[in-house]
Amino acid sequence: MRYLPQTENARIQMLKSIGAGNVDDLYVDIPKVAMIDGLADLPNHKSELEVERALGVMAAKNMTASDAPFFLGAGTYYHHIPAAVDHIIQRSEFLTAYTPYQPEIAQGTLQAIFEYQTFIAQLTGQDVANASLYDGSTALAEAALMAMRITKRKNIVIGTKLHPHYADVLKSYIGNIDGAEITQGALDDKTACVIVQSPDFYGCPHKYEKWRKECDEAGALLVVVTNEVISLGMLEAPSLADIVCGEGQSIGMAMSYGGPHLGFFACKQKYLRQMPGRLCGMTEDADGKRGFVLTLSTREQHIRREKATSNICTNQGLCALAFTIHMSLLGEDGFKNLARLNHEAACRLADALSEVKGVRIINDNFFNEFVIELPKPASIVVEDLATCGIIGGYALDGNHMLVCATEMTTQDDIEELVNILSEIL
Amino acid sequence: MSLVENRRLHYEENLLWEKEHSEHSGVDFPQLENIASRTGVDMRGDIGLPQLSEPQVVRHFVRMSTWNYSIDHGFFPLGSCTMKHNPRMNEKMARLNGFANIHPLQLETTSQGALELMYELQNWLGELTGLSGVCLAPSAGAHGELAGMMTIKHAHEKLGNAHKKIILAPDSSHGTNPATAVMCGFEVRVIPTKDTGRLSVEAFKEALYRTDDKGADIAGMMVTNPNTCGLFESNILELSELLHEAGGYFYCDGANFNAIVGKARPADFGVDVMHINLHKTFSTPHGGGGPGSGPICCTQELAQYMPVPVVVQNDDLSYSLESEDDRPATLGRLKAFQGQFGVYVRALSYMMSMGADGLKQVSEDAVLNANYILSQLSNDYHVPYDGYCMHECLLTDKKQKEQGVATLDIAKALVEYGYHPMTVYFPLVLAGTMLIEPTETESKDALDRFIVTMKNIAVDVKNGDCDKFHSFPQSSPRKRLDEVKAARNPVLRWTD
Repeated sequence: MRYLPQTENARIQMLKSIGAGNVDDLYVDIPKVAMIDGLADLPNHKSELEVERALGVMAAKNMTASDAPFFLGAGTYYHHIPAAVDHIIQRSEFLTAYTPYQPEIAQGTLQAIFEYQTFIAQLTGQDVANASLYDGSTALAEAALMAMRITKRKNIVIGTKLHPHYADVLKSYIGNIDGAEITQGALDDKTACVIVQSPDFYGCPHKYEKWRKECDEAGALLVVVTNEVISLGMLEAPSLADIVCGEGQSIGMAMSYGGPHLGFFACKQKYLRQMPGRLCGMTEDADGKRGFVLTLSTREQHIRREKATSNICTNQGLCALAFTIHMSLLGEDGFKNLARLNHEAACRLADALSEVKGVRIINDNFFNEFVIELPKPASIVVEDLATCGIIGGYALDGNHMLVCATEMTTQDDIEELVNILSEIL
Repeated sequence: MSLVENRRLHYEENLLWEKEHSEHSGVDFPQLENIASRTGVDMRGDIGLPQLSEPQVVRHFVRMSTWNYSIDHGFFPLGSCTMKHNPRMNEKMARLNGFANIHPLQLETTSQGALELMYELQNWLGELTGLSGVCLAPSAGAHGELAGMMTIKHAHEKLGNAHKKIILAPDSSHGTNPATAVMCGFEVRVIPTKDTGRLSVEAFKEALYRTDDKGADIAGMMVTNPNTCGLFESNILELSELLHEAGGYFYCDGANFNAIVGKARPADFGVDVMHINLHKTFSTPHGGGGPGSGPICCTQELAQYMPVPVVVQNDDLSYSLESEDDRPATLGRLKAFQGQFGVYVRALSYMMSMGADGLKQVSEDAVLNANYILSQLSNDYHVPYDGYCMHECLLTDKKQKEQGVATLDIAKALVEYGYHPMTVYFPLVLAGTMLIEPTETESKDALDRFIVTMKNIAVDVKNGDCDKFHSFPQSSPRKRLDEVKAARNPVLRWTD
């Protein structure tokens, strides 16, 4: 019980001060029937060493990206994290602080959020960004809800191939609203927004002019979503959009089996007051020194309660900090170089795969992932690759597989994949 | 050039964009091969990102970090937030290669250890709450509320009770409660609790039967228990029976689970579904506002409707993720992947460390610590509600307000005296509330120091030494900040 400082002697003294006979007297309001008789039916406490061993055994059962050539993307990406990122986010002052409700003693967190918001606004070509949301999929659902509030319309049109899990999350959130619909058809006077994923789920980047024009004609908003934030270092900025959101995991966060990751969210200035989530703003203190506070909280649940723009309470604080540190280390040249390295790795992978008998590259345009067609079901190929010590791509329907390369993908990895594929296909 | 005002360990630090930029990026890469672009779209132009070397970046963030107060610095009695010690072994475990570097879509055969960990965590939460249907996926407390309330909505719809639209909630509830209910398409009916700080059977019945004498339009209730006044709802058995008779479900906001973990089971006081804040009760760090994790636990009856994915153990003892195909009644997915897995690792690491015996002691020490503070401050500050509190105690500024010193001033005085303040102006049921949650990871000595500080503030106010309170804090990195200015003319990003 190494996390409990209280001594038995102190407990006795405190009970005496309170005027209680024993600690159970303090639970007098709880119905007897709800009290656990003795202990919960779970193991008793363990030493740090014992827990470390037990969890170490579990961890060792997983095949990791560092154990094997790795070609999986589809919304979560394997990238390098500079050592300084993980060092700084583990500083007590960042790791063990609360949401910055007392700004005088939370300026470190607040200035970091302000810098994060600036990075996101710059990357997305938007005016303002919030302090982050849970992940890319919930950011997209919030974007759709925001578009519905702004346009007072209830239909959502999916414009390009959307990540299936994002589509599922969107469906769950939208399902709460009577009469709301998700379609893939043409825009009309009921359309609240068009969702354009770019690069789309198959890895293909899109231009935005056509969508902007259609949205303007229908009076709908253009929502752009991306799974891979690094693509913004190479692809044109989605500045034509009204809302840009997506997943920021690629900058500073481990894959960690799907979370915690980082939902980013940015929009045009005119829609600011309909934006969900926390916002950090610049102000001055009593001496006129620059400082930062959480602001525009009249949109939020703790003030507006049932009239809030969202029930969101906090952000993904430490993940946003990791993103901000990693972006600071990269800078303009580093970020663009990282994007180019990813693209070049994917180009080399595509060239190598196109030489494998029976394999066809489906999309000519891509950033760091693309779809290939195989001569047999992709799900079987992925299993066969795993047996051979390779984490292959993501099996789509039938014979199609989504494959990804990043700056982590070496020439040896690609050669090993090509060799094994040549054997098993 | 103007020099910034650094004094000893007090540093000033500009924004990244205002610093002298380096020729070098803080990350070196291998040489590009200059392969022609195959993106099919225009190349990105100038983004305007600042460029700094690694030492500049490290110094920037380390200096900024020194402006933060944290649980590692000292006592952090923020009510309803459970700012307990964050064990460092949890961080080490979450960073094990086998947990950090695995992909959410890799084959289940290659991620059995991760699934086993999730299954174990589901079991621990099921046992501690008595609610065996567990979905870990929700990302935070508010997301757990959404998952839980959508589970209730889905159950009513599937059972042909879509007409049940009203959610009962006490006026002391967290703001997320009504916001969540409305997000799910429910209507909120507020029950007053101001007089006793608890839900009375009379007020509850009035709300339950207001528009239908059988409560046929009631979908459920959202109650935090122990509640946000730090009190256990002593009528809870009767209330949940009345609610269940009317065909409603009991949603429990689990924010205050630390008071009863290992000591009492929510299922046994009538809860149908609740969320658990792994970042409160189970010690995972708050990180300056996240990431949290808000799994939901529900009855077997409701389990079929809760979100996916859920981990199950197969007959051959292997583990699988169940999705929509396996759970046809599910409300669907609320997050792209398996949830905040890294937080699960930290929480299970803590649970295994504490065990059934340790968790019971957690509850007992948390409740004892709060009652000790309450007993020591009850002569100095107004205590609105009688009786023992649970893991947090509620005071108000009623006595000090008469001298012109309000809760905000008391909070800022605590900042000056080296503490993070308690939760202020919440719950909203009374004026000038101060909600103090010490947690179990404080010793008597730490509590005594805080108590003396609070007493000294009360004495100063009583003696009319009040002026200084309006200008506190003086020695923090910034003095009081102008929130009105921030909201009136929002500056939310750097621009040149």
